[in-house]
Amino acid sequence: MNAPQIKFYQTGTFTVGNRLLAPEQRSVQSSSERSNSINSGHRACQGCGEALGARYAVDAAMRATRGQLIAANATGCLEVFSTPYPESSWQLPWIHSLFGNAAAVGTGIAAALKVKALKAGMSESATRVIAQGGDGGTTDIGFGCLSGMFERNDDVLYICYDNEAYMNTGVQRSSATPPAARTATTMAVGVQPGASFGQGKNLPLIAMAHEIPYVATATVADLRDLEAKVERAMSLRGARYLHILVPCPLGWGAASHDTIRLARLARETGIFPVFEAEHGEITSVTKIRHRVPVAEYLKPQKRFAHLFAQPGQPGHPEMLARIQADADKNIRRFKLLDEEVTV
Amino acid sequence: MKDARPFAITLDPGSSLANKTGSWRTERPVYVDRLPPCNAQCPAGEDIQGWLFHAESGAYEAAWRHLTRDNPFPATMGRVCYHSCEGACNRGQLDAAVGINSVERFLGDEALKQGWQFAPPADESGKHVLVVGAGPSGMSAAYQLRRLGHRVTVLEAGPMLGGMMRFGIPKYRLPREVLEAELQRIVAMGVQVKLNCKVSDLAETMRIGGYDAAFLAVGAHIAKRAFIPAKDGAHILDAVALLRSMEGAERPMLGRRVVVYGGGNTAIDVARTAKRLGATEAIIVYRRTRAQMPAHDLEVEEALEEGVMVKWLSTIKHASEGALMIEKMTLDAQGRPQPTGEFEMLEADSLVLALGQDVDLSLLDRVPGLAVQDGVVQVDPATMMTGHAGIFAGGDMVPAERNVTVAVGHGKKAARNIDAWLRGHALNRPPKHEPASFERLNPWYYSDAPKTMRPQLDLARRSSSFDEVQGGLTAENALFEARRCLSCGNCFECDNCYGVCPDNAVIKLGPGQRFEFNYDYCKGCGMCAAECPCGAIEMRPEQV
Ligand SMILES: Cc1cc2nc3c(=O)[nH]c(=O)nc-3n(C[C@H](O)[C@H](O)[C@H](O)COP(=O)(O)OP(=O)(O)OC[C@H]3O[C@@H](n4cnc5c(N)ncnc54)[C@H](O)[C@@H]3O)c2cc1C
Ligand SMILES: Cc1ncc(C[n+]2csc(CCOP(=O)(O)OP(=O)(O)O)c2C)c(N)n1
Ligand code: SF4
Ligand code: SF4
Ligand code: SF4
Ligand code: SF4
Repeated sequence: MNAPQIKFYQTGTFTVGNRLLAPEQRSVQSSSERSNSINSGHRACQGCGEALGARYAVDAAMRATRGQLIAANATGCLEVFSTPYPESSWQLPWIHSLFGNAAAVGTGIAAALKVKALKAGMSESATRVIAQGGDGGTTDIGFGCLSGMFERNDDVLYICYDNEAYMNTGVQRSSATPPAARTATTMAVGVQPGASFGQGKNLPLIAMAHEIPYVATATVADLRDLEAKVERAMSLRGARYLHILVPCPLGWGAASHDTIRLARLARETGIFPVFEAEHGEITSVTKIRHRVPVAEYLKPQKRFAHLFAQPGQPGHPEMLARIQADADKNIRRFKLLDEEVTV
Repeated sequence: MKDARPFAITLDPGSSLANKTGSWRTERPVYVDRLPPCNAQCPAGEDIQGWLFHAESGAYEAAWRHLTRDNPFPATMGRVCYHSCEGACNRGQLDAAVGINSVERFLGDEALKQGWQFAPPADESGKHVLVVGAGPSGMSAAYQLRRLGHRVTVLEAGPMLGGMMRFGIPKYRLPREVLEAELQRIVAMGVQVKLNCKVSDLAETMRIGGYDAAFLAVGAHIAKRAFIPAKDGAHILDAVALLRSMEGAERPMLGRRVVVYGGGNTAIDVARTAKRLGATEAIIVYRRTRAQMPAHDLEVEEALEEGVMVKWLSTIKHASEGALMIEKMTLDAQGRPQPTGEFEMLEADSLVLALGQDVDLSLLDRVPGLAVQDGVVQVDPATMMTGHAGIFAGGDMVPAERNVTVAVGHGKKAARNIDAWLRGHALNRPPKHEPASFERLNPWYYSDAPKTMRPQLDLARRSSSFDEVQGGLTAENALFEARRCLSCGNCFECDNCYGVCPDNAVIKLGPGQRFEFNYDYCKGCGMCAAECPCGAIEMRPEQV
């Protein structure tokens, strides 16, 4: 038997960096040379997970491509808070597409780059393309463009920043909104409060069904994992999809300092499975380190407040149970617990 | 000019850096240092988190130098200190406390191996301070006073340095070469020591020597007596005298069955020593129960392992040649032992009384202004000064817990106050930091790592020789152990705050320089504070 590998807090991978780590083991975000792809002065809310997720992902892609990167960006918070005309936070060539066509614009840029490369006598372009948007722009209105991009295997990494609703226009439900969540269009009234169960789309699984080279999920709570996935994605050619859970303090009704904690809880409850797949097959999952019940994740969010008993309000224990069952299903389906631990 | 902008735009085209989002803030993050519970607990006032920080990177000499600012005896402490710091350690709430004491011992041993020395002071103050007693308290004070540039003379009644560390604590717990080396390192700084020089009249000694101040640390050496009716031929001795005689060339004669009366650490030491001297049975007779025993649990445990026996709830009524009469006790409602009238006989070749020590204060007879209460000298706990200006005291002779670490702490505190007193200014001590309690931490980021145990001598060799019982850590597992420290309340440069700020408002200043906030852009979300593993960031309301 192998001796158990023991990691100190110092050299383990849980913190962003560490003074004792060898430079090659450090994360992009711990480097004072990082590109800060979205610079200070942007107008995202306090504690915005999307601002964070986008900087993590794009900084990592910038390093992976030695700065040779172009981004297409759908309408949504990310675009609006970073680029209120004529001012921009972006530190790379960046183009604003429409709400629904970021994938198509990315495809076009990639095609143009390929032609330029061929004309210069090279088989492929050194400059790479990412397309990005929120869950609304991705799972709903941009879905057709994206599926086409997958199906054609265009050389674009599409990144979806999933804050689980249309936040920029006032928190309306998207097909990525979780069941029972209150949004402006799924108010907590009547017998079935919040978004309904059994609807919505699981875009990572849909992307896998396209059998594209690479599909992965990540959260802003596990930076090293996120960076590694971007790096892996940029090492491949063809259509790639990265789905990042980015808590939104405003839309979720959570404290701004809880953004990372909530992302962590989403993973540790099993609600948001973190995994990687290549050509339609799962290649790795991030195991749960300390399993927690879903209530611990839901409670700090006002959008789930109606599930919990309050004075004069019985709450919805049956819905809590269903959410727990969904999380448990994820745990089984993606094998999120170490076999030894499950018993 | 401004009217020339196209459409309805209000800003010139350009970077978002023009947009100072810091104005959104209602709370601002501030980097702080908090007081880790280990530091707060250490009776010698060591900056444990501070020296572990150096040890974590393998910078053992820097760690040793940092440690010895407060305590010049790490190799000794690593063997005899009861390490109450570990009881307070926050890591104890995660898995097991950091092995602070084992790392300390490793650093001390490493210093001896490498021959690291203390630097003599850069400037001489011209003042001359008398230290009476060369135990841990006196030598700690001598060391600190010398570092502060004073001339120091230590007068010691005994033939060797070390006080109870040498004449009380047995060799199998504290090898003498370790102790001697750490004491000599202080002497090498230019501390004058006169052995076999008992001070019997302090006032006279001060006058003749022309001392500017004095620190007294004469310890507690007079064995407390209990009246036990004894017949001729009963072999009764006291623990202090017995342990002291262990330093001589001749081994004391105790016989095959040795009974020790008492329940403190001294009783345990005597019983374990008796075993090593060849006693087939060493029996401790104690009036109360195990739970009430003042001796430290670990020592009791080790003694029991070595075959020492204990008769709980028992007193000795009478001693005669070869036998003792024992009375059974019972606990009353208040938990006090009460006689039962039930007796039994216990065979014994000798009886050792380990009932505590009193202080010999005769040297103070002619010093005015001193207050003595319950047999110990009263001092101002803030300064360690006695009722007589310029005369300070510490260690076992003042009211306090009697152990080496407390004694070392007293020596340090007194030295700093003597220095201030000699220089005629008040000691300005920086205010203590806020505590770094467990609730302040974000333990998620610390990975699991169980404690490394020190090797122990196997039982057979333990009870038959005076070889050291506890071994030390290797350089490798000392590093492991140091790195288990959570760095409570003090930034360890994990880069989390730098990484988690959505507004790039954390500035990384480079290795060893820590971080700074850019308040032009910090929106005050509090994420950096929430995700700092060690609680080194505090959110403070913005003043408007
Ligand atoms: C058996 C035993 C085991 C112990 N084990 C431990 C342990 O494991 N861990 C721990 O922390 N503590 C232990 N202690 C307690 C610890 O040893 C004492 O608390 C500590 O040594 C007190 O230090 P001190 O400097 O006040 O006095 P001491 O160490 O007693 O030193 C006083 C010195 O002053 C000298 N002196 C006395 N009178 C005069 C005079 N008139 N003129 C000149 N010199 C004088 C004495 O000769 C002596 O050298 C133990 C004690 C005993 C008895
Ligand atoms: C075709 C079209 N319909 C509607 C809009 C209005 N609109 C702008 S942003 C947005 C919501 C964006 O939501 P999402 O994509 O989830 O991104 P988020 O703001 O949550 O990051 C909408 C509906 C639009 N810009 N274009
Ligand atoms: S609404 Fe949500 S996603 Fe949009 S900027 Fe605010 S926190 Fe970020
Ligand atoms: S973890 Fe480190 S800093 Fe915290 S109490 Fe323990 S030894 Fe001290
Ligand atoms: S998060 Fe890390 S780097 Fe920042 S203050 Fe805390 S310990 Fe230091
Ligand atoms: S994370 Fe950034 S914006 Fe938030 S409080 Fe800290 S420094 Fe300010």
